[in-house]
This record gives sequence, C-alpha cells and structure tokens, in this order.
Amino acid sequence: MRFLVMVKATKDSEAGKMPDTKLLEEMGKFNEELVKAGVMLAGEGLHPSSKGVRVRFNGDTRTVTDGPFAETKELVAGFWIWQVKSREEAIEWVKRCPNPHAGEGEIEIRQIFETADFGDAMTPELREQEERLRAKTGIKS
Amino acid sequence: MTATDTQRAIETVWKMESAKVIAGLTRMVRDVGLAEDLAHDALVSALEQWPGSGIPRNPAAWLMAAAKHRAIDHFRRHKMLERKHQELGHELETQQESIPDFDAALDDDVGDDVLRLIFTACHPVLSTEARVALTLRLLGGLTTDEIARAFLASEPTIAQRIVRAKRTLADAKVPFEVPRGGELAGRLASVLEVIYLIFNEGYSATAGDDWMRPGLCEDALRLGRILAELASAEPEVHGLVALMEIQASRSAARTGPSGQPILLLDQDRARWDQLLIRRGLAALERAARVDGARGTYVLQAAIAACHARARTAAETDWPAIVTLYGELARLMPSPVVELNRAVAVSMASGPAAGLDLVDAIASAPVLKNYHLLPSVRGDLLVKLGRHEEARSEFERAASLTRNARERELLLTRAREAKTKA
Repeated sequence: MRFLVMVKATKDSEAGKMPDTKLLEEMGKFNEELVKAGVMLAGEGLHPSSKGVRVRFNGDTRTVTDGPFAETKELVAGFWIWQVKSREEAIEWVKRCPNPHAGEGEIEIRQIFETADFGDAMTPELREQEERLRAKTGIKS
Repeated sequence: MTATDTQRAIETVWKMESAKVIAGLTRMVRDVGLAEDLAHDALVSALEQWPGSGIPRNPAAWLMAAAKHRAIDHFRRHKMLERKHQELGHELETQQESIPDFDAALDDDVGDDVLRLIFTACHPVLSTEARVALTLRLLGGLTTDEIARAFLASEPTIAQRIVRAKRTLADAKVPFEVPRGGELAGRLASVLEVIYLIFNEGYSATAGDDWMRPGLCEDALRLGRILAELASAEPEVHGLVALMEIQASRSAARTGPSGQPILLLDQDRARWDQLLIRRGLAALERAARVDGARGTYVLQAAIAACHARARTAAETDWPAIVTLYGELARLMPSPVVELNRAVAVSMASGPAAGLDLVDAIASAPVLKNYHLLPSVRGDLLVKLGRHEEARSEFERAASLTRNARERELLLTRAREAKTKA
C-alpha cells in the first residue's frame, strides 16, 4: 500500500528559510535509508506558499488567489510517496525521520487509494458507462 | 497506546528489521536456520519487554543487540557442552578458542550481510520453490502463513519447505558470501529469477480465481529495489527493476470492471501509473549507465518501455520492438520469445507475416501445452478473417490455461469468432 507523507509548513519554511547543513545531511541520510529499504517512490520539497496559487471553485465560477496563505500549520512544505506493507510501517518510518524543523512541526500520513479500494463506488452502471465510452471512442483495438 | 497497538508496532518493527538481524546473525553463526531461531528469540524478548517498558527509541538497534546476546549465549552453551564432551573423553586440550568478536562483526556494513543473505536464500542448491519461499520469509519478512496464502498452498507445506531448505543449505555448507568472478553471473541470475517469479506469481497468477495478487508484486518490487541499491553495479538488476516497475504501472488497467483481464493493446492508458513508468524508465537509464552488454532483463524492460512511451496503442514503435525481440532471441533462444517476436512482427508487418513465424515454431515441444500459442494464433487468424480456425484455437487455449479469468476471456473470444465464421 502507498502513503502520501506530508511535511507540514512552519513559519520558517513559509519564510523561505532553507534548512541548515546539519538537517540537510540528516535528511539525506534518512532518504537514503528509505531508498535502501525500497520504500521511497518519490519525494519533493515545495516552495513557500507565497509562490503558490489557489483556484477557488464555486458553481461555474473560478477565482484565482495568489499566495501566501495564512493557516501555516495546514500548509504542506514537502512530501514523499512511500510504498510500505502497512499503516504501522509508515508510522514507524515517520518516527525515524529527523525533525524537519528547528522547533515544533508535524508530519501527516495519508493512504493513497488503490484501484481495489474503489470497489463498491464503481457501480455496475458506472462500469457499463465506461465500457460504452470505451467502445465509442474505439479504444478497443 | 493500547496493548494491541504495541503488539502491532512490535510486529511492524520486526518485519522492517528481521532481514538485517537475520543477515547479521548468519554471518556470526554461519547457519541461516540457527540465525533465524536466534533472531526469533530476540523478537520474543521484545514482545515480553516492550509492552511494559515501552518501545525503545531505536528499536532496530535494540533487536540487534538482543539477538547478539542470544548468539553469544548460544555460543557459550555450545562451547561448554563441547568442553564437557572433551572432559568425558579425557582429551582435555588447551585449545584456546575464544568467542568471536561479535561487536566488530555487527559494526560492519549491514547491507553487505543482507546481500549475502539474498544470495544464500537464492542458492542454486535449492529448488526454485524453496528459494522463493525462503526469500520471502527471510528477506520479505513474510510469515509462513502469508507465503502459504500467496501461493495457495497449505501452511504445513510451506513450513516444511522452509525447514528443508535451511537444512539443505547447512548440509551443503553453502558459504555466507557474495559470489565473485565467474560464479557471480550465474548466481545473480538465480537471484533475479526468484524475484521475477515472485512478481509474476502476483502479476498473472498461474492458478486460482484472481487474475492478480498485488501483494506479491509489491513484495517483489521492494526486494528488487533493495537489491538495486546493494548491487548497483549490475545492469541486469536495474533491468529487472525497470521491467517490474513498468509492468506494475499497468496493474489498474489490466483488469476490467468484472475482474476479467484486459490485454495490453486494449488497455486504457490513462490508467497506467505514470509514477511507476517514470521509475521504470529511470531504472532502465541507470542500467544503460552501468558498463556491460544488455542482458535479458534489460532487453525485456526496453520492450516494456516502448509500450510505456506510446500514448496510444497505435503509436507503439513496433519496428523497435521487433529489433529488441530479435536481440533477446539471440541471448535467450526460446520458442516463447519467438512467439512474442511473431506478435511484434504481425503488428509491424501484418498478420500474415506474424502467422508464418508462429507456424514455424508451433511444433516446438515446450509450446505443446502453452496456452498463449493457440491464443496468439487465434488472434492472428481473426485478423486474417479465418474465424472458424480462430475459434478452435481459442477453445484450445482456454482448455490449456489454469487461470479461471483468462479461460473466460478466451472462451468469449471463441464465441465471437464463431458468430463471425
């Protein structure tokens, strides 16, 4: 199973302050462990939300708002995608992660849907519709 | 944290660390079976102590230290026993054998031990089945029960298989080492074969009602990714990883709504996992950067990559695939490869050219009961408008496959051919 592991933002990360050499080294080592264990599928750091944009949906209207965004603790500063055997394994790996910030911080673990998870939501009608669409668009060959 | 949470956390740590612990111990005691027993004792200690004391800050180091103590105890007991035997025989020699320096042994790179353990578990002295079971158990961290369920075998059967495998390794005095020189290529081939077998058992289950068992694919991929870091100088390791990543990228697209298989060219490519494709292509590039000729896994991965790069089935670079199959056939002359080449040729140059190639190998003994031969033949015959012949080929293919889902698909195609005949 796969998890999206999100490192939440802090005042420092939002201010664009880069991690110091020591933290970079520790993070590098941690990432290496993840790769060696065959766990890490992807991982990236994100620019502060001041460079971000939000597109707000309301009915048919789309409103574009430039960053920065206020609720720092809810913002994401970086993420990994991990493949692990269980939710517990993801938790165990996160516990081994060096503290990504100088003081307080948070890492959030969210499971990624696999096809099998859609199970019942994929109703027979939806399936049929999909089949029809596929037949129409000629994707069959 | 509740007692169940603690229990689950301990089991998780165990699954994550057991390969390293067993590998480290094997180097000390030189016996995989004994190492596994000692490691298991360490797990039992954790299960006894951690619920009371809490999970240690560095659980991996704790387990390793506990296992090390077990090894020393074992060694002392063994020595004492030996001494008693000697005393009984009045043959007291002043042989001053000391206990090995376990600390130094443990400080060595753990990765090397894990690599040694992989080579040991996949040693050619073992049957393929035994290698698969032992690899999943020692390196994949699977329980006997989990392996049994994955292979639709009974638990005692798998348990017995693992016990026998460990005994065989001990009897054959298989050294705990990474083979070198001329021996390496053959031994590595055995390792890659085991990992790919595990993957394939998950990817297209040879038996049972399900078309796929994704758990095994994930186990194989993880083993492959681990191996790619431990043996990064071997192009074929990256080739195998690339092949598995790209094949796994199609998992969601290769099963239809009611569980029936969807063949490669019929798949909805929007459902291919682009992350895995990117990883597969990166692994293939990594293989190309390492010196050495292209081996069979690299070539198969290169073929898979041709499909992965095509945004629609019509965009597939069939001439390139024909060339790659030609190269593969030279390295691995086999009617099965030839059959695949025939399919590629039919796509590049038309069904008649493909059918000629298929007919040229149709009498090969290894293909006698291979369901894909009549399946491919049927497909080409349909394209040539020879529906009646196609129908009997599909029926024959259906009678040969052991997979229930695949049988349904083939029987459907037989019925379709019949209505057109």
